[in-house]
Amino acid sequence: MTRQTVLNELHRRLGARMVEFGGWEMPLYYGSQIEEHHAVRRDCGMFDVSHMGVIDVSGTEATPFLRRLLANDVARLAQPGRALYSVMLNEAGGVVDDLIVYALQPGRYRLVVNASTTEKDLAWIKRHCTEWGYCLDIHPRVDLAMIAVQGPQARQRVWQAFPLSRCSEDMPRFSAVECGPMFIARTGYTGEDGFELALPKEQAESCWQRLQEAGVRPCGLGARDTLRLEAGMPLYGQEMDETVSPLDAGLGWTVALHDARDFVGKHAVLAQGQRWQLAGLLLLDRGVLRSQQRVLTAHGAGRVTSGGFAPTLQQSIGLARLPRAVSCGEAVEVEIRDRRHAARVVKPPFVRNGKILI
Amino acid sequence: MNIPAALKYAKTHEWARQEADGSITVGITDHAQGLLGDLVFIELPEVGKALAAGEPAAVVESVKAASDIYAPVGGTVIAVNQAVAEAPERVNEDAYGAWLFRLQPANPAEIDTLLDASGYQASIEG
Repeated sequence: MTRQTVLNELHRRLGARMVEFGGWEMPLYYGSQIEEHHAVRRDCGMFDVSHMGVIDVSGTEATPFLRRLLANDVARLAQPGRALYSVMLNEAGGVVDDLIVYALQPGRYRLVVNASTTEKDLAWIKRHCTEWGYCLDIHPRVDLAMIAVQGPQARQRVWQAFPLSRCSEDMPRFSAVECGPMFIARTGYTGEDGFELALPKEQAESCWQRLQEAGVRPCGLGARDTLRLEAGMPLYGQEMDETVSPLDAGLGWTVALHDARDFVGKHAVLAQGQRWQLAGLLLLDRGVLRSQQRVLTAHGAGRVTSGGFAPTLQQSIGLARLPRAVSCGEAVEVEIRDRRHAARVVKPPFVRNGKILI
Repeated sequence: MNIPAALKYAKTHEWARQEADGSITVGITDHAQGLLGDLVFIELPEVGKALAAGEPAAVVESVKAASDIYAPVGGTVIAVNQAVAEAPERVNEDAYGAWLFRLQPANPAEIDTLLDASGYQASIEG
């Protein structure tokens, strides 16, 4: 059964085209998806991301537990308020999920996980907590809604709409702060500056409306996908899943392999080593790259993992799993409907902070 | 809903118009462009290609996905609209003005087997 966020009715009133995503009914776009994309690159836009899972993990043993559970090391979160991107691996070294972990206070962490994997993640976390004999409070925050406000003007508009949120004014990127009932994180999935706000569900609609009055444009999942693709950010289920090693998904930088700490999946990841690389593709011919298309290189075949039209670049781009020997700048061919199209290998991100980088 | 009465329709969301010279102009409906969202790429058939009714003739790609466009009647492609290939957003702006290709029908009576406006409307709502 498809679930609805607390903002569902509001999206419909705004004329959104609704689609199923990760078990949730979400807005794909309100008007033009491309206009929504540009709004985030040039000004600011907001997304209902209440479908994502928020799981709070608290207890005196929370740090040692998460250091064992996650591939990245939460000990890197030196002070409260900092955030860390990590994957959570299975014993075979495949990715159970990718997530952001926020250090709220000593012994209190917040995990934000993917919508489609929330239930699986929760069971996984609880199972390991029990198996390892930790005493922790593992609390799915179903009482919260989340709104991502993204773009060069995003923070300014949030401060304007909510004067109390000014407590986040000096906050560096990849940090979070709790301002009264609102959790404000300077994180996102678009390659732009901005905030992700978590707040009690019953306040979500008035929050959205105040942001809209402050000039923030509602944006759907369609624009969210083209923005993250331009930003070169992986999407769970596309770039990685339970059968893909993080090293093959371009996520080696998030896996702390070379210290004494042990974590789930470490041995498998080390034993397998890196077999593929995740690279960017720029389609030189007309057409559109899509996931699953075959990529032909001088060093063997690979596959597009995410592809689409990039509104900022006005051409098609993709992420692809390619043989390791392929180097940046190399000419490759992509099979699109039985025809081969010329493409070039590039290093993501394609766009960051409104600027084209390739 | 914008479904001009003067046109004929396929269930697969193509519109067809019979021209004075007997050729059939084909495009996609306003309903279809609304479902697809912003179009970013259109692959048109080659002039001279023979198509059976219901055969994939063109591909339109929106930001999100690729969709086949089918020949509503059998025939030979005699012209394509290069202007929409260069500016696919024209289909979003004016679905009935931005035609895709023109067919010389193998059987001129075949167009009568297509849906009329009310039939198409019913097929969408059904």
